[in-house]
Amino acid sequence: MPFALQPDRERDLQAILRRYPTKMAACIPVLHLCQDQNGWVSEEVIQFVAERLELPPAHVKGVVTFYTLFNQKPVGKHQVWICRTLPCALRGAGELLAHCERRLGVHAGETTKDGKITLRTAECLASCGTAPMMQVDKEYFENLSFDQADAILDKLQR
Amino acid sequence: MLSRCDHMTKLYGAPNGWTLAAYEKEGGYQAAKKALAMSREALVDEAKKANIRGRGGAGFPMGVKWSFMKPHPTKPAYLVVNADEGEPGTHKDRTLMELNPHACVEGCIIAAYGIGAHTAYIYVRDELHLSKARLWGAIEEAKKKGYLGKSPFGIDYPIDVVVHTGAGAYICGEETSLLNSLEGRRGEPRLKPPFPAQAGAFGCPTTVNNLETIAVVPTMVLMGGEAFSKMSAIHHLKDGGCRLFGVNGHVKKPGVHELAVGVTLRELIYDIGGGVLGDRALLAVIPGGSSTPVLRADEVVSAPDEKDPLHAWHGKSVLDVPLGVDTFRGLGTMLGTCCATVLAEGTCPVAAMHNLMQFYRHESCGQCTPCREGSAWLFRTVEKILDGGATMADLDMLHDIANGIMGNTICAFGEGTAMPALGFLKKFRKDFEAYVRGERTRGDARLALTGS
Repeated sequence: MPFALQPDRERDLQAILRRYPTKMAACIPVLHLCQDQNGWVSEEVIQFVAERLELPPAHVKGVVTFYTLFNQKPVGKHQVWICRTLPCALRGAGELLAHCERRLGVHAGETTKDGKITLRTAECLASCGTAPMMQVDKEYFENLSFDQADAILDKLQR
Repeated sequence: MLSRCDHMTKLYGAPNGWTLAAYEKEGGYQAAKKALAMSREALVDEAKKANIRGRGGAGFPMGVKWSFMKPHPTKPAYLVVNADEGEPGTHKDRTLMELNPHACVEGCIIAAYGIGAHTAYIYVRDELHLSKARLWGAIEEAKKKGYLGKSPFGIDYPIDVVVHTGAGAYICGEETSLLNSLEGRRGEPRLKPPFPAQAGAFGCPTTVNNLETIAVVPTMVLMGGEAFSKMSAIHHLKDGGCRLFGVNGHVKKPGVHELAVGVTLRELIYDIGGGVLGDRALLAVIPGGSSTPVLRADEVVSAPDEKDPLHAWHGKSVLDVPLGVDTFRGLGTMLGTCCATVLAEGTCPVAAMHNLMQFYRHESCGQCTPCREGSAWLFRTVEKILDGGATMADLDMLHDIANGIMGNTICAFGEGTAMPALGFLKKFRKDFEAYVRGERTRGDARLALTGS
């Protein structure tokens, strides 16, 4: 089935187009808009974006594959990112990741069996002064202890 | 010299400090009003006198960059603000966007006017959702008040500010890559020339400034360029004003603080950061983001030549040199983003390099072969060293790989990968050799401190 945006997101698309002198410039924001609705960027999403922005599908696909935040396959309901880069690692990010992997029974990059959580590592999220941290969907959780991380994961799995 | 100030950070922690009401109570938007009543030339002149060195890492003088912008007969000009904060160890721009977004917007108004642009794009990395929301909120508030739009402050000079987002790519912090990303393309860096001032966003004359550079502009305008510059202890080195300093890693009080330029690493680590975790000895510091080569705590300055700008610190510890663009270049590293990552005694430098090489391998955009392949080989070779399968020849090979990247790529990401690799290798050679000789194993490759 072809992809289409819900009416409120369609309005957002129109607003995005007004911000730029070219349609191409809307490519990344519009892909975000579609992914917010669809959970991932499917072939149908690529077709939709290509048509609406008058771009070759290959261009859109090239953009999708360049940026790590575009999911090229379905993912869990919630995205949990743990920053693994040096400043966080110095404050125990490696240990936090291992703890979450044990607790969720998945490795980084995998989704829990109930489909609720995809656990991933992130490269520096500009939260070095409040490490270790995790990003859950669109929210940051900083200065985390194992207990706090557990409470967050519990809530997501409920 | 440690000198605290709060020009950009006054509203940090204040209730609703990110709102227009709070910002105006502290004199917000008076700078924009003043600047838009000046001539463009006079404004750029003040900016030059302020000696604002770009806060994104390269340290190019902001006023000089602005002066490169010449009106084009047919094309519009653009201001592009780089808020793609993602250099490991850097956590300052985010605080401005979240806690003082109006300073960012006011800075955009002044800078856009200064370079002859009517549109400013603030490129924020997508992960910073709160930053984006606060910036959009500030833009809406400023529009309603008439500070943005058709005639800001009643002056016939339309200005619009737009927040644009990336999608998770460190390389988009490189200015030409950022421009490609803004145009809706893969974020691969462009060859220079042409420089952005000639052909930047959408093929038009463009100035790309770091977000903090822009956010300090209102302060500079209110104080006047020269007075602003003189806040700095190294004003004489054309490195002026105040800036945000971050400290992270193994310190008791990690965080972001606004200080006059000229503070030393020792002051940043011990006075601001509260000292090393567990009162351990200091092993090393990465002075300003992961691409700036590491400094050992026991290094001393060697500048016997009286003409050397570092001569005043000859024989002293590198920890006592004021943090400045040129002073740190003189130390063989870089000032970078002014956010220091502290490594305590007991941290494994080989593991630290391994962690960073994993980062660079992941973030290389893949356009240039030396960087794409080199970053992967650097990572794999350090991995081999940690796993105990390496020989002394592998250590030499690391040098060869790093040197093979330097100078052979389109953008500075190559150097940004090779320089820290060489830094760790040269300064901690014995630690690398210990793994090769089998005196250490993976279990010794610790980064987090235990028991503190």
